Amino acid sequence: MIPAEFDYRVAGSVEEAIGLLSGNEDAKLIAGGHSLIPLMKTRLARPSMLIDVARVPGLTGVARDGGTLRIGAMTRWHDLERDPVLREHCPIVAEAAGQVGDPQVRHAGTIGGSVAHCDPASDIPAVLLALDAVIVAQGPGGTRRIAASECFEGFFQSALAHDEVLTAVEVPVLDGAGCAYVKFNQRAIDWAIVAVAAVVRHSGGTISEARIALTNMGTTPVRARAAEAAMAGASGDAIAAAAALADQGTDPPEDTFAGAEYRRNLARVLTLRAVERAMGA
Amino acid sequence: MRITLTVNGRAHEVDVEPRDLLVYVLRERLGLTGTNIGCDTSTCGSCTVHVDGESIKSCTLLAVQCDGRAITTIEGLANGALHPVQEAFTSEHALQCGFCTPGMIMAAASRLNEVKDPTEEQIREGLEGNLCRCTGYHNIVKAVQKAAAAG
Repeated sequence: MIPAEFDYRVAGSVEEAIGLLSGNEDAKLIAGGHSLIPLMKTRLARPSMLIDVARVPGLTGVARDGGTLRIGAMTRWHDLERDPVLREHCPIVAEAAGQVGDPQVRHAGTIGGSVAHCDPASDIPAVLLALDAVIVAQGPGGTRRIAASECFEGFFQSALAHDEVLTAVEVPVLDGAGCAYVKFNQRAIDWAIVAVAAVVRHSGGTISEARIALTNMGTTPVRARAAEAAMAGASGDAIAAAAALADQGTDPPEDTFAGAEYRRNLARVLTLRAVERAMGA
Repeated sequence: MRITLTVNGRAHEVDVEPRDLLVYVLRERLGLTGTNIGCDTSTCGSCTVHVDGESIKSCTLLAVQCDGRAITTIEGLANGALHPVQEAFTSEHALQCGFCTPGMIMAAASRLNEVKDPTEEQIREGLEGNLCRCTGYHNIVKAVQKAAAAG
């Protein structure tokens, strides 16, 4: 399968990419291309121009600034998986990065590409939601900081405007909190049927705060608010009872892999596993 | 567009359309048919090559994205003698029909570049992007273990 015809430009800077986007409403940015190219082969996407931002300088790597880790948008999964700063201070991002696709995909795909693509089955959006991360976007009017809770608007729909370029993702230093990303799929290369991201503050077996976000339980990643509320102050069996509320308020899809009820059950089971793992069990 | 691809150590200037996928340029323009096209949906791994030393699925990569980069295909892996992974695939009977073999070998070689002394689990993880339609995984893993031990 070969995509339909399009023009191809290599952007040398974020400003150049913004300029090209502003002049062409059919244009799309390409990073690793591992989500976009398959859509173009099947004609589900048919941009008239691709603007390659993978070589824009300054958009890769992880840098610590106080309590924040700034991840360049063009950082690949392969590099996130191994990044020593990330593994020490926000390991859930590295853990989730290592579960994306397969090694070949992780050599190509980027965090910024995945966030902008907004596939409800992608791994990183739920992780960013649980972390209360910030998405940094640059447009013709300057730089904008978007809370993760505002970024994932709908099915393949992010809050980014057409002429904005996602430049970085900011996640908090998690020292003192446990975290885990637990993904359920049938084959290693598949998307998540359901996955759960959990960030848990706890002491002596009692949870003070749990932030839980679910992958592929709706058209966007969602916080499991009822379970989170019940987790606060919980210990022992109360944690399992709280996890049993994880599917409340969700609207899971039905597809060839699983029905909605099966996904609801997975959300409950995986939430308990994720919280227990985050607590060091 | 005119791009430069260094393939198996040799620089090629090629005129391509932006929509030309790397695997087609390798096979049809440069005549390197060792890289197979299997699923064409970045699932099966048959089309795995190395770009700047790292495994990638060439059916999901535009040739223009590789402008200026170094590509290694199965034809370029042997350096005089067979690569240790190729040698081990032969001695451990790690191929049946052979269709997945070029991709498996390229994926395995990339994994061994990244993890020097891999456990069996690390080898299996390294090959999770490659499907063998003969389901000959057992001997494939044995071959990669042997190649790893051979250094």
